[in-house]
Amino acid sequence: MAAEDLTALRLTLELAAVSTLILLVLGTPLAWWLAHSRFRLKAAVEALVALPLVLPPTVLGFYLLVALGTQGPVGRLIDALGGRALAFTFAGLVVGSVLYSLPFVVQPLENAFASIGHRPLEVAATLGASPWDRFWSVAVPLARRGFVTAAVLGFAHTLGEFGVVLMIGGSIPGETRVLSIAIYEHVEALEYGRAHLLAGGLLVLSFALLLVVYSVNRKYVVGKS
Amino acid sequence: MTLEARFRMTRGEFRLDARLEAPARGVTAVFGASGAGKTLLLRAIAGLEEAPGGYFRIGDEVWQSDDVFVPTHRRPLGYVFQEASLFEHLSVRGNLDFAERRRRRASKRVERAQAVKLLGLDNLLDRAPENLSGGERQRVAIARAILASPRLLLMDEPLSALDLTGRAEILPFLEDLHHELEIPIVYVSHAADEVARLADHLVLLESGRVTASGPVAEILTRVDLSPARTDEAAAVVEAVVAGDDREHELSYLDFPGGRFTVARAARPIGSSVRLRVLARDVSLTLERQEGTSILNIFEARVEELADLDRSQVAVKLDLAGVRLLSRVTRKSAEALELAPGKRVFVQIKAVALLR
Repeated sequence: MAAEDLTALRLTLELAAVSTLILLVLGTPLAWWLAHSRFRLKAAVEALVALPLVLPPTVLGFYLLVALGTQGPVGRLIDALGGRALAFTFAGLVVGSVLYSLPFVVQPLENAFASIGHRPLEVAATLGASPWDRFWSVAVPLARRGFVTAAVLGFAHTLGEFGVVLMIGGSIPGETRVLSIAIYEHVEALEYGRAHLLAGGLLVLSFALLLVVYSVNRKYVVGKS
Repeated sequence: MTLEARFRMTRGEFRLDARLEAPARGVTAVFGASGAGKTLLLRAIAGLEEAPGGYFRIGDEVWQSDDVFVPTHRRPLGYVFQEASLFEHLSVRGNLDFAERRRRRASKRVERAQAVKLLGLDNLLDRAPENLSGGERQRVAIARAILASPRLLLMDEPLSALDLTGRAEILPFLEDLHHELEIPIVYVSHAADEVARLADHLVLLESGRVTASGPVAEILTRVDLSPARTDEAAAVVEAVVAGDDREHELSYLDFPGGRFTVARAARPIGSSVRLRVLARDVSLTLERQEGTSILNIFEARVEELADLDRSQVAVKLDLAGVRLLSRVTRKSAEALELAPGKRVFVQIKAVALLR
């Protein structure tokens, strides 16, 4: 594999790993809240979280570009704070990926938390476990399959990101040129062999990851019955 | 020492307006039909339901009042739910560890070995909850609750999800619990036989309201209350094993009103037992019957009569301070001229030894 393609592969894996980590940290409390809240506007929050499922990634990328660019509201804020604009940077890609893959992490977690129900948490409370204790000692272990599913889907979905990257990342080698962009450029340059190598690799990897998710869930179903 | 609860709350169409005070020792049974609000009351005591304006204290420890609300995890209680809710991600041992690690420091300790022995869990410790029978699961749940060293044990129909075998398996454990631990228990149930067997104090809950509260023998025999007016109406009698008749395989049980002769009880002489006498097994005569196969005949005084319907009458009887119930037809009551103060003989066809 060519050096620049290796760089693209490394960058893609890095982006997916960092994004998944951030998604788990942010998505867990959000999913917990969605699973337990009786807030009236909860449906609106759920719809907002689900938006990336149906929106063309270019739409998401376009608004991110507008927001994160030097003239955008977020861009200006960062500029005022002495930071560097996020558009066309790796950090910008991370922000885009987190939004883009949010439903793939939040939804499995929300379902897992909801399926635990209130009872095990109530039992833990009667045994003297504080809310924080209950979360770590009861909710997380009981939702572990949800966490595996969320992490794998978040990671796999970020691997395949294209539209958002194209809009806010461009194709800067080592910074924003991820696999999907590299494949696109190879095809444009009629380098079908190199495109095949990357595309086939991504196909096999994605299949393997999804296989993990479905075998975990199969066990879940069997374990329940 | 007593416990006191006052809760008013509305859930949909249902209103709970319960006030009760009961001794903070032994078993206090909250008895009522399904939908009477028993579970809601128990959950409010545990702090699992929001009940603004509610009040609860045990001894001088206030768990809830207008300006105090101790969250559930800081209340020294044990709670056994209707379906044994074991942590499925932990083994039996892990479930017990969970409780032991969070046990309340200041309270009376229940040792692990004692809990395991009391509930017969020796051979189950390494099993996963999903591989346990219903009765076994409930035993683990009870052991887990007492391992938290609670000041008060709350039990929400712990037998109702079990079949007959499961119930029979758990009941002796519950009795041992009652005798070996000095933890007061509030026990919610709609089963008259369970209540007669376990309760020391009885609280009647009907449509969200407490209609009576008192010692179990007294409440069960009050003819103005619902338990005495059902087909299951029965009195409980405390007695002491006085001796055996080995030849006939019988035991003699003394109570203030006389001596019961029952099928031999494998209990040492001098031990106390509780008997249950169903109202429909008690018949009345004016003269002591001779030449009858009935062994248990006692002299009694009619204390009170209450019509049950157009044909049946409940009779409350006083046998030297012990109350029994009899159910007779109105025709018989008229023929015998039954009235408060009248001297009669009671003939008891069957007696159940409860414990």
